[in-house]
Amino acid sequence: MAKVLMKGNEAIGEAAIRAGCLNYFAYPITPQSEVAEYLARRMKEVDGVFLQGESEVAVSYMIFGASAAGARVFTTSSSPGISLMSEGISYIAGAQCPAVFVNIMRGGPGLGGILPSQADYLQATKGGGHGDFRLLVMAPASVQEAVTMVMQAFPLAEKYRNPVMILGDGLIGQMMEPVEFSDDLKTDASDKDSWATNGMDHRGSSQRNLVKSLFLDPEALNQHNLTLKAKYDQMKQEEVRFDTYNIDTDYQVLIVSYGTMSRVCRTAIDNMKKEGVEVGMVRPQTLFPFPEEQVLAAAEKKSCKAVASIEMSMGQMIEDIQRSVQGKRPVHWYGKCGGDVPTPEEVTEFVHTLL
Amino acid sequence: MGKTFTKPKSLSDQITHYCPGCTHGVIHRLVAEVIDELDISGRTVGIAPVGCAVLAYNYFTFDFQEAAHGRAPAMATGIKRVRPDLMVFTYQGDGDLASIGMGEIIHAANRGEKFTTIFVNNAIYGMTGGQMAPTSMPNQRTTTSPFGRDVDDVGMPIKVAELIAALQTPAYIVRQAVLKPKHIVKAKKVIKRAFQYQMEARCFSLVELISTCPTNWGLTPVDAVKWAEDNMLPYYPLGEYKTPEAA
Repeated sequence: MAKVLMKGNEAIGEAAIRAGCLNYFAYPITPQSEVAEYLARRMKEVDGVFLQGESEVAVSYMIFGASAAGARVFTTSSSPGISLMSEGISYIAGAQCPAVFVNIMRGGPGLGGILPSQADYLQATKGGGHGDFRLLVMAPASVQEAVTMVMQAFPLAEKYRNPVMILGDGLIGQMMEPVEFSDDLKTDASDKDSWATNGMDHRGSSQRNLVKSLFLDPEALNQHNLTLKAKYDQMKQEEVRFDTYNIDTDYQVLIVSYGTMSRVCRTAIDNMKKEGVEVGMVRPQTLFPFPEEQVLAAAEKKSCKAVASIEMSMGQMIEDIQRSVQGKRPVHWYGKCGGDVPTPEEVTEFVHTLL
Repeated sequence: MGKTFTKPKSLSDQITHYCPGCTHGVIHRLVAEVIDELDISGRTVGIAPVGCAVLAYNYFTFDFQEAAHGRAPAMATGIKRVRPDLMVFTYQGDGDLASIGMGEIIHAANRGEKFTTIFVNNAIYGMTGGQMAPTSMPNQRTTTSPFGRDVDDVGMPIKVAELIAALQTPAYIVRQAVLKPKHIVKAKKVIKRAFQYQMEARCFSLVELISTCPTNWGLTPVDAVKWAEDNMLPYYPLGEYKTPEAA
C-alpha cells in the first residue's frame, strides 16, 4: 500500500482498524481527542463499534466487558484520563483479559498542561493501578512506529492475555508524517473459547466460563499472582525491543532516550559528530520489558565514560537505567517536562558537561 | 407422579454464603427460573457486583463476569455493544448501584443499553458490615449512622426507580419486593418481562427489589420483613414506573 500523510492520532485509529480491532470506547481529552473524532466516522464505515463513554472510569470497564466477551477492543486517552482508567486496568490485568490502551502523554501532575510530556513513565511501567501486575509498554518515536506498534499490540495482548499500553506523547499524536499500513495482523489466532464469557452456545460448550480477579483463599491468590509473574518473566525473555544509533563508534557518552525525545537526541548526536564528539544512543522501544542487557552492554563499552537519561520528565526512566547499568558507569539525567521539548542545542550543551 | 418442584438448571449446587433470612437466595432463584423458562442460559452473561452478591457467580451455571464496585453497567455496555446477541444482566446492591456506581447506571440507562439490571435494595451495605447506604431510611441506625440517618446532614434516601424513570430514553423500570409470597410471584413476572424486552432488543430494563438484611438490621428474618413493610414500602412504592410502550 502507498504511503499516506496522516496526523498521529488519526493514524493510531486507522492502525487499530487495520489490525482487525473494530471496537473502540473512549472519552475525549486533549491531546488525543482526534482519535475519537476520527473513529466516530470511520467505525461507521467498517460496521464497527464506537462509543463515547461517560468517563474514563466507565470506559475502562466497557473495555473490560468487551474484552471478556471475546472481542478485540481498545481505547485511547491522555495522562489524567489514564489515571482514571487505572482502576479498570488493574482489574483487566487481574482477570487476564487482552486489551490495548494508548496514552498520548501530556504534562502533569494534576491537570498539568496539554503539551507533550513523558511524565507517565513510572505509572505505565511500574504500576498505575493497585496490585502486582505489569503492562507491556511500547513507546513509538514516529507516526509510522505508532502505527506498527498499535498493530502489534493486539496479538501481543492476546498472547499474554494482558493489557498492552502504547506510551506516546502529545507530539506523536499531533504531528503529521507519512505512514504505511500493513494488513498482516488481522486475524485473532488466540483461543478465546477457553476463557472468554462469549456464551456457551457460541463456543458449543456446556462448560461455563468465568472472568474474575477475586481470590479469597490466600494460597489461590498467591498462585494466581505467580501465574501473572510467569507472564511478565516471559515478556522479559521474549518481548524486549530497542533501537540503537551511532553505537558502533567509540562514543564517550551513551544516551538512553525514547519517543519524541530520542529524535531530538539523534539530531544532537549528528551535530556533535560534526564537532568530533561521538555519542551513542540506545532507544528502548519497549519500556516494560526494559532493554536492561542492551543498556548495560552499551554502557560498559570501554570508551563510554557516562550514561545520560534524557527524558521529558523529572527523571523517571533513569531508575531503570541505573538498575541496568548496576553502578558500572555514572548515570546522569537531563530533561524538561513543562511541555517544551528540549532542543538539540540543549541536549548538546548537557552532553558537553559530561565529557 | 414426577417431581413438581425442582431446582432451576441455571442454579448451581453450591451452598450459598448468604445469611439466614437473606433475600438474595430468593432473587437468585427467580433470575435462574426466568433464564431457564426463556431458554437463554447458553447465551447469557451475568455480571456480579461488589457487595454481598460478589460471589453470585458461584451460584449460577452460565457465563459470568465479576465487576469492580459500581462498574457493572459499564461492563454490560461493553459486552452488549460488541455482542448484541448475548443476554446480559447486572446484579447490583444499593451501595454498588446507587452510591459508587450512580454515574455508570444513569448513563447506561440513558443510552438505552439493551441489558437488564437486577437492583437489590435492602437499605444498607451488607458485606462491609452494615454501613449507611444511599437508600437507608430516615433515622435508620447503621454502623456509620449510629444515631440514625440524619436527613438534614446526608439527605433523603435515593429513589432509584423514580430517578431512572425520569430519563427521557424509553426503558422498562419497575419496583417490586421479595418480602411476601405475593411479592415474589409478581417479582418473577417483572424480571421475566425485563428479560423479554432485552430479547426483543427493545430497551434498558431495571427491576428494583425491596429486600431485607436481617443480620445488619439486627432483626429476626420475620421482624425484618415487617420492618421493610412498615418503613420501606411506604417510601418506595411498588409498581411499574416506565414501560417502553408508554414512552
